[in-house]
Amino acid sequence: MTFDWPTLLPLIFAGLMGLAILIYVILDGFDLGIGILFAVAEDSEQDTMIAAIGPFWDANETWLVLAVGLLLVAFPMAHGVILTALYIPVFVLLVGLILRGVAFDFRAKVPSGKKHRWNRIFFLGSVIASLAQGYMLGVYVLGLDVGLGGMAFGVLVAFCLAAAYAAMGAAWVIYKTEGELQKKAVRWLRTALVLTALGMAAVSLATPFASPRIFDKWFVWPQMLYLSPLPILSALLFLWLWRQTFHLPRPDDRHALTPFLTLAAIFALGFAGLAWSFYPYVVPDKLTVWQAASATESLAIILAGTVVVLPVIIFYSFYAYRVFGGKATDLTYD
Amino acid sequence: MDPLILSRIQFGANISFHILFPTITIALGWVLLFFKLRYNATNDSAWMRAYFTWVKVFALSFAMGVVSGVTMSFQFGTNWPGYMEKVGNIAGPLLAYEILTAFFLEAAFLGIMLFGFRRVSNRVHTLATVLVAGGTTLSAFWIIALNSWMQTPAGFEMIDGKAHAVDWWAVVFNPSMPYRLVHMLLASGLTVSFLIAGLSALRYLSGDRSESMWKALRTGVFTAAILIPIQIFAGDQHGLNTLQHQPQKIAAMEANWTTGPNVPLVLFALPDEAAKENKFEIAIPDGASLVLRHSTSGVVPGLDAYPGNHPPVFPLFWSFRVMVGTGLLMLAVSWSAAFFLKRRHSLPKPLAMLMVPMALSGWLATLAGWYTTEIGRQPWLVTGVLKTADAVGPVAGGHVALTLAVYLILYVLLLIAYLGVLVHLALKAAKDGDTSPLPGVMKTAMSQPAAGE
Repeated sequence: MTFDWPTLLPLIFAGLMGLAILIYVILDGFDLGIGILFAVAEDSEQDTMIAAIGPFWDANETWLVLAVGLLLVAFPMAHGVILTALYIPVFVLLVGLILRGVAFDFRAKVPSGKKHRWNRIFFLGSVIASLAQGYMLGVYVLGLDVGLGGMAFGVLVAFCLAAAYAAMGAAWVIYKTEGELQKKAVRWLRTALVLTALGMAAVSLATPFASPRIFDKWFVWPQMLYLSPLPILSALLFLWLWRQTFHLPRPDDRHALTPFLTLAAIFALGFAGLAWSFYPYVVPDKLTVWQAASATESLAIILAGTVVVLPVIIFYSFYAYRVFGGKATDLTYD
Repeated sequence: MDPLILSRIQFGANISFHILFPTITIALGWVLLFFKLRYNATNDSAWMRAYFTWVKVFALSFAMGVVSGVTMSFQFGTNWPGYMEKVGNIAGPLLAYEILTAFFLEAAFLGIMLFGFRRVSNRVHTLATVLVAGGTTLSAFWIIALNSWMQTPAGFEMIDGKAHAVDWWAVVFNPSMPYRLVHMLLASGLTVSFLIAGLSALRYLSGDRSESMWKALRTGVFTAAILIPIQIFAGDQHGLNTLQHQPQKIAAMEANWTTGPNVPLVLFALPDEAAKENKFEIAIPDGASLVLRHSTSGVVPGLDAYPGNHPPVFPLFWSFRVMVGTGLLMLAVSWSAAFFLKRRHSLPKPLAMLMVPMALSGWLATLAGWYTTEIGRQPWLVTGVLKTADAVGPVAGGHVALTLAVYLILYVLLLIAYLGVLVHLALKAAKDGDTSPLPGVMKTAMSQPAAGE
């Protein structure tokens, strides 16, 4: 492999896209998770939970726009192939995102009698969007296989991802709230964690057997050795977090952010595993990153902007999180 | 079922729904900044009340814009893969810069703008308002640049059937871009000023005489009165630019079938494309020559010069007339309202009642204007480069029909809910008047200017 711009740029953009997806899954993951947890929360708790994500969710969702945007602008060929193959699940995802996104704003502004209706739509939208994302991931992992097997696998991943998001949501509630709701969130986290771990194990085992290519990438010596820390570390983090949940919340609210960070680390590990499974394809078994990439001069001009802007984005995202740090208080919107 | 037709209707419905909300947020951000700066300068809490009433409209419009915008960006791939495959090298960087420079800026600082009044210093809160307003405008800049490039492409060459950029400056500042950008920004300003004026008139009619109502009403009416003549001039210039670069669009807008001098200005007609003539035509002799060439004997292009390569006449002719008619109505209403507010310091009830439905006149004019420009580009998706029919994807018609139906139902319901909330917010503000407690101001005296009461 020669390291010139036409070779490097598509790789850089594949990396950036992966990063955007990972950040999206972690950040919007807790928003969506909180929407899923609406199913088991009381009315008054729902207000606090919304207050815990209110100032952030717009910026969080932007990472999805960036991820899809990068797919669109850096890999236009792949963008068309993936999205036409996933036409219906993409549509379902969009309906979910629309419902979730508008319900979030409507619920705070409609006459109080109608608030309940928008809370339900918020829950519904979050569940639909989470399931659709998981389903698409499952189908994508198997090389956009839309046969019966692919669909079944998609459904499995869908529930796994929804459980994982619920765990993220619960972890965020633990961080942002106190008192009864915080204790309740610890119990939610425990349940969601079990489901997530089962789902992740099932997906990890099923994937290599469903895709011979992925099997060959993992189960050959010495790759097996290099890759073994991924599943082992994930399993250890799961166990450790599971044990932690029996001691939360701790005095003085120590470690309130730990569950969230641990889950983020697990997500990152799982993501690294997926990235290794796909490399160098952007459409599994069909298009490599180089075949699907835009012209070099176009990628170069996007990269120039990205190098300047990305640090700024990260800086002011941190700033926004710092401004709204601490426990969630009721949002004084009106 | 033809996936091309269905995909076109679907994209048309989506972009029609989407554009309503950026049209509001682009200018409303600056109006909010104006309210904020007036508050900073005068310490009058009525300005802050106006801010908090309208910042909610901003938040809701922003959310509606985001979700419909995300839908649109996915639809490029699901329904129109040929678009990015052919011109992705040009469209990609423009879209990327929109997301990187504008979208993140708005989304990150919106939180501070909405909920941060108590948490950050007054200066930072004002700065957040500036950044959000700037972000929405920057967003418009990139999107208009791309749209204008699709209308009047420049700065590229075709290699192996794909567009490659040669001169980015020429790509971004393509021939129609400055005109389109100015026309759109003014359209946004008018939409927002009529929305504010109309909902304030609703408050006025329900008995609200509070300071914050008057401040919002005056802001809306005077902004509209100032912007509308500028818009009429800018629109005329934009038309002349279109005549130069897309004459077939002008020919269809004017329903002018034959090229020649002394072309009349058609006021009313039912254009019949099969017979190539206008039915029930009412026209001003030499009018079109005068408007477009500034001479009665000026030669104006007719549809006969573009056989098989011009846009559909009927929708173009009529959407253009709806836009112009709405603009003239805006001129009449805003100037009479400005007259009464300035000279009589009051608002006659019939005029206030007319202003309430006029709250949506900006939407009507903007939609009509976009239909004019977008339908006017057909049969091309990118003029001279890519035909709409060649960009459509391999998705089955049944699937598109299903999704189209659900989108339509969703859009209609959301639109009803959105308008319901606007009215609810206006009536709530009318009920509370200037007596409602002001968020934030009372509790944090240290970082804010004195509450002023």
